[in-house]
Amino acid sequence: MKVAVGMNSCSLAAGAQHIYDHIEKKLKGSEIELKKVGCVGMCYREPLVDVIEDNTSTITTYGSVTEDMVDRIFEEHLMDGKPIEEWVVKRDWYEDGVRKTWDVDEYFSKQRKLIMENSGYIDPESIEEYLENRGYEALKRALKMKPEEVIDAITRAGLRGRGGAGFPTGLKWKFTREATGEEKYVVCNGDEGDPGAFMDRNILEGDPHRVIEGLTIGAYAVGASKGFFYVRAEYPLAVKRLTTAISQARKHGMLGRNILGSDFSFDAEIKEGAGAFVCGEETALLASIEGRRGMPRPRPPFPAQKGLWNKPTCVNNVKTLSSVPWIIRNGWEAYASIGTGKSRGTTIFAFAGKIRRGGNVEVPMGITLRELIEEVGGGTEKGVKAVQIGGPSGGCIPERLFDLPVDYESITSTGAIMGSGGMIVLDKDTCMVDVAKFFLDFTVKESCGKCTFCRLGTKRMWELLDSITSGRGKEEDLHELEELALTVKSGALCGLGQTAPNPVLTTLKYFRDEYTAHIEKRCPAKVCRDLIKYEVIGEKCTGCRACALVCPTGAAVGERQKVHTISIEKCIKCGRCYEACKFDAIEIKDLGAEQDG
Amino acid sequence: MVKLIIDKKEVEVEEGTTILEAAKKLGIEIPHICYDERLEPTGSCRLCLVETNGVLVTSCTYPVREGMEVVTENERTNTARRKAIELMLSDHDVECITCEKSGSCLLEKYAYELGVKPAHKEKHVYPIFKNELFSLDKNRCILCGKCVQVCKDIQQCNVLDFAYRGMNTRISTPFNREFKASGCVFCGNCLSVCPTGAIVENNRKGKGREWELKKTETVCPYCGVGCSITLHTRDNRIVKVSSSESSLNEGWLCVKGRFGFDFVNSEERLKKPLIRENGVFREATWDEALSYVASRLKEIIKDHGSDAVGGFASAKCTNEENYLFQKFMRCAVGTNSVDHCARLCHAPTVVGLAKAFGSGAMTNTIEELENAECIFIIGSNTTETQPVTALRIKRAKAKGAKLIVVDPRKTELAELADLYLQINPGSDIALINAIMAVILKKGLEDKRFIEQRAEGFEALRAHLLSLDLGDALRITGVKREEIERAAELYAGSRRSSIVYCMGITQHICGTENVLALADLAMLCGMVGKESTGVNPLRGQCNVQGACDMGALPEFFTGYQKTDDEKAVEKFEMAWGTKLSRTRGLSIEEVIHGAEAGEIKALYVMGENPVISDPNSERTIRALKSLALLVVQDIFLTETAELADVVLPAACFAEKEGAFTNTERRVQRLRKAIEPPGEAKEDWRIICDLSSRMGYGMSYKNAEEIMQEIASLTPSYNGISYERIAIKGLQWPCPSKEHPGTRYLHKDGFSRGKGRFYCVNHRDPAELVDEDYPFILSTGRVLYHFHTGTMSRKSRGINEIFPGAIVEINPEDANRLLIGEGDRIRITSRRGSVVANARITERVREGMMFMPFHFREAPANRLTNDVLDEEAKTPEYKISAVRIEKCY
Repeated sequence: MKVAVGMNSCSLAAGAQHIYDHIEKKLKGSEIELKKVGCVGMCYREPLVDVIEDNTSTITTYGSVTEDMVDRIFEEHLMDGKPIEEWVVKRDWYEDGVRKTWDVDEYFSKQRKLIMENSGYIDPESIEEYLENRGYEALKRALKMKPEEVIDAITRAGLRGRGGAGFPTGLKWKFTREATGEEKYVVCNGDEGDPGAFMDRNILEGDPHRVIEGLTIGAYAVGASKGFFYVRAEYPLAVKRLTTAISQARKHGMLGRNILGSDFSFDAEIKEGAGAFVCGEETALLASIEGRRGMPRPRPPFPAQKGLWNKPTCVNNVKTLSSVPWIIRNGWEAYASIGTGKSRGTTIFAFAGKIRRGGNVEVPMGITLRELIEEVGGGTEKGVKAVQIGGPSGGCIPERLFDLPVDYESITSTGAIMGSGGMIVLDKDTCMVDVAKFFLDFTVKESCGKCTFCRLGTKRMWELLDSITSGRGKEEDLHELEELALTVKSGALCGLGQTAPNPVLTTLKYFRDEYTAHIEKRCPAKVCRDLIKYEVIGEKCTGCRACALVCPTGAAVGERQKVHTISIEKCIKCGRCYEACKFDAIEIKDLGAEQDG
Repeated sequence: MVKLIIDKKEVEVEEGTTILEAAKKLGIEIPHICYDERLEPTGSCRLCLVETNGVLVTSCTYPVREGMEVVTENERTNTARRKAIELMLSDHDVECITCEKSGSCLLEKYAYELGVKPAHKEKHVYPIFKNELFSLDKNRCILCGKCVQVCKDIQQCNVLDFAYRGMNTRISTPFNREFKASGCVFCGNCLSVCPTGAIVENNRKGKGREWELKKTETVCPYCGVGCSITLHTRDNRIVKVSSSESSLNEGWLCVKGRFGFDFVNSEERLKKPLIRENGVFREATWDEALSYVASRLKEIIKDHGSDAVGGFASAKCTNEENYLFQKFMRCAVGTNSVDHCARLCHAPTVVGLAKAFGSGAMTNTIEELENAECIFIIGSNTTETQPVTALRIKRAKAKGAKLIVVDPRKTELAELADLYLQINPGSDIALINAIMAVILKKGLEDKRFIEQRAEGFEALRAHLLSLDLGDALRITGVKREEIERAAELYAGSRRSSIVYCMGITQHICGTENVLALADLAMLCGMVGKESTGVNPLRGQCNVQGACDMGALPEFFTGYQKTDDEKAVEKFEMAWGTKLSRTRGLSIEEVIHGAEAGEIKALYVMGENPVISDPNSERTIRALKSLALLVVQDIFLTETAELADVVLPAACFAEKEGAFTNTERRVQRLRKAIEPPGEAKEDWRIICDLSSRMGYGMSYKNAEEIMQEIASLTPSYNGISYERIAIKGLQWPCPSKEHPGTRYLHKDGFSRGKGRFYCVNHRDPAELVDEDYPFILSTGRVLYHFHTGTMSRKSRGINEIFPGAIVEINPEDANRLLIGEGDRIRITSRRGSVVANARITERVREGMMFMPFHFREAPANRLTNDVLDEEAKTPEYKISAVRIEKCY
């Protein structure tokens, strides 16, 4: 029997280290092996502890594990062999060598694991475990193919860039291969910067060798001898595990001179980002690797023609590269058979926001948004209003469009973009104008400052939104906002600027009524502080003083057992009284009407 | 070629052309701010957006494609452009009524053209970041980034860059430190590309609006690069200086060329002739002063002969003036003793290269350096002495050229070099011989070139092979591998260019040093081809021209020899007078002659030997012993202070004429303003004086003088004002149809075959000993020029570099308990000065360096006036000194 503890960043945040230490103590002297694995994607149930049967390899997963639970699992399951069924959240078993999964939430039933096949199952710091799971088999196979054949397989598989733009990967490789120049580079873009996105981190932490294998195959295909992993420095664990994996790969002859005894030599190193969102944009990323300020430059020339140090360079996202080994191993036909239309294979989303099941999911292209959000993600408590897909560059898709399939073209048709996989689910309590402002706030701060439209345009848009959400907006502001947004979208230099207006444009498109309401000094979701007030409902107030005790400004006052009041002048609308009241005696009301009156 | 359609018109352009350039070909101007054809396009301002295939693209970056259709202006592009301008204005300090740039500001221009009004938005308020010469007002900056590019790619100083993000992005020095502490060299090239009033000269503020300024295209009066400059003047004052993008220097200037012009309008300018009476000067009329000089000269000639008179012409005066000066000395006075400060610098070049090649000038062109594969820089601190030439070298390096720098002092280029050889001072011949020996041993010489184009190779070969490499290592102090690497790089590249300067010539073996370099170039066939050659960098705006004009004792114009009877007869015929056959004296010979009482009178035009000549005490003694010293200058220089008569001259901005730059290019100098007071052009003064001496000279204007020069000088035959109106012409230009000569010796050397010379290392005249344990070298710094007469009048420049310093190695400083800035006394066998210590590893242990620009600490009090036998150039680079700290 073996015990495995999920030890990715999400697990550690949930306290996995304590659980691991506790189990280690318990297992001292026993023959039961304890190991660390990555994240299987069920972040909402971390910490996760697996008990693996020796003979059948059946895995029983316990979720939200505490130290007390460990004690009982130890006694009953490990010692006596009796699983504690009420705590089991997932179970994996093998039929004819194929892994089958059951889980209590039916979280996995619509998922299809290609990229994440090893995540949460193998020890990310062990190349042996990766090798046992058919690791580097694709590289071996690729090295026996001609580079053109590798490119052909990727092209036929229909793999498209998972960084968000969806450019056909095979074509990008072909361009790089055909570009003139003896020296070429490949770069793995791991600068995952969208707020609420953590797909790349999960892969890098949970299965780093897969990324190395993908990049190496890419290097072979395009004819590069040097590669870079650009990973943001805010991902220390990913950097650490990738560093370990690179040195293991070198020792095993998967990187370095004459890889696997072939004529092909290739090596790669990590370049840590310095905390700039714009460095996810490929030309800025390349500038950063070169040691310059991370600022994008216009394309063409594309990096495939002129990239790092003006040499042809192929930049691919972590998920794209992680798909490559599966395609080479299983054949392009198998990959192409998954998905829909021009979007083939699977993709990974990171659920965040008000959704019940926050985590990473890998689903086949073509699944509908409704299936994805409601069935896989479990919806939200208060009812889904919209989803912000693709981070600050993406857009808000309203619930009524949820029957659309998830593919590049359909998502783009809504005005949003597929993006790299961030999916922030918004419920009825969310103000859409406020959401637009939130995302714009991010791009305003992260704009590199190079081009006029992005540097100044986003800021001026933000100012208009700020004025609208604070009740100072006028009808003509909407027109100005829309015109500015469209100009920035069509005129900005790089992807960051060109997509920054998307949250504004999509909310204007689908939730214009909310904008209009703000112009009329109402926030329908009761979020925008300048447009609301907190009031005590006299009939319900028991005079318990809970509100007065938490109020930071002394706005909520009242004597014990008498009805309390909240002073509009003093109230800063932090909402703490609202949360503290056990009798629902505080309500949020529109401020606008009264002010006018 | 690619065909495309722009605004419904077909155009065919080369592949790789951008839409903006293609449109320009059709005469369509696309609005742009951040684009500059000298810089890599960045597409940051977004003004040049055009529509193609339904999308907006920046025409400055987008390459043309076959069959593409482009619309440069429609509602969509106009909306985008208007929005872009609106956004720029929304964070711009719209103060056009007080802004210096108004009238030439691009933001103002496009706001006007597109009809955009400034909106009232929240703006940044940044403090104005001012340095000694210019100010950066970030409130006016629209972040086009051109200044950053210029600083990074052109000047390669990396002082300016973007800092912060988004709306808070701004141009900044590293950590917002002062410019001076950030490695800024104050070239002001950032300022020249700024489209708004964000970076402007401090000096110009309040002196005139753009449209009130008169523009005059002329040539910079400082070093020998000969940058084109535009003087912007108003009310007879220089308001600012710029340079045209289409000039040879591409509009780039250095700190002196952009900011060093306060001297022109200085209150200290000489405005009236002065005559010394009872030991003090009094103002005089021209008539009085010139009559006095003429009669005194005539007396002296009568009593002591013509050869008792000497004349120093000027490398800062025009060709026409130098021509007249030597004509005056030869015809009106009757002596060949006319010389000028080329004697103190590149006389060994003139002699040496004439011996080896037949012509003593820079063989190639500055521009060609950019395409060299290897540049061998020896004894030249190019970034400081010819800053704009250094830009080409830096760009060559950026393009992949290999840089070899040989210098006892670790200069800026040494830091940048692929190979830096820090040789012992005065060991150049040992090094070059060793490099040549390695080349021969490795068989890297150009056998074909040697056979076809040169003579004397067998002797050289035997000489080189007889040398012991071990000796060379000991003498030079460099490693065997370094010598081998230098040999491989120089001989192994397809185009190798030698660049040298005072480090080669200012030695007792200066001429031999030059011969060694000529040997090296011929050995590898690196002469007579593009981007190769032996390239002496000349130090003054018209030092080449003064030489060309025969302001040398041994030559008439165009190096026609004064000991060649045929030449003498030719000039006698042209000038209508009998000429002297006696050998003339060089500068130092005149000074020594004066000391010995053989020279009685000296006429100095625009030179300042008290500061510039070696062993100042002796120079002063000599000048004081003269019966008559006449100094014609723009200021009362240290030399003028000793004069009997001082004649006020017009400066470069106040006259017409021509300068010849370091690459033999004859360029037009144009008058922008009137001279102060009664000051006159030098050529008018000479004419007047000559006529009073009985040798009539009358010219309507400078152009007439140039016509005479052209008619008498084969290499200038084809040169006329008309032909040099725009970019000048490089001599030899033998006929009116001749396009000028980019590089010399293409099909044959001027002397037929090139000649190899065998030269041997010689120890410097003065070696260190117990009493004088340090070697002192002298030279220039970036911020000042020659004797400081001009550059030190510029307030800003003088603030940046206010006074004399002496560089000393940290080890030596430690040992002698000397701290940075300490006052130290430096003493040689000839004199003593006090300067502030600058502790730096640029000089090695046992060596010191001192600039010679400063009258309060004249380095030339220390220098040794021992001469190179052939060229008569003093050994400025090596004096033995001792130092002590002043308390």
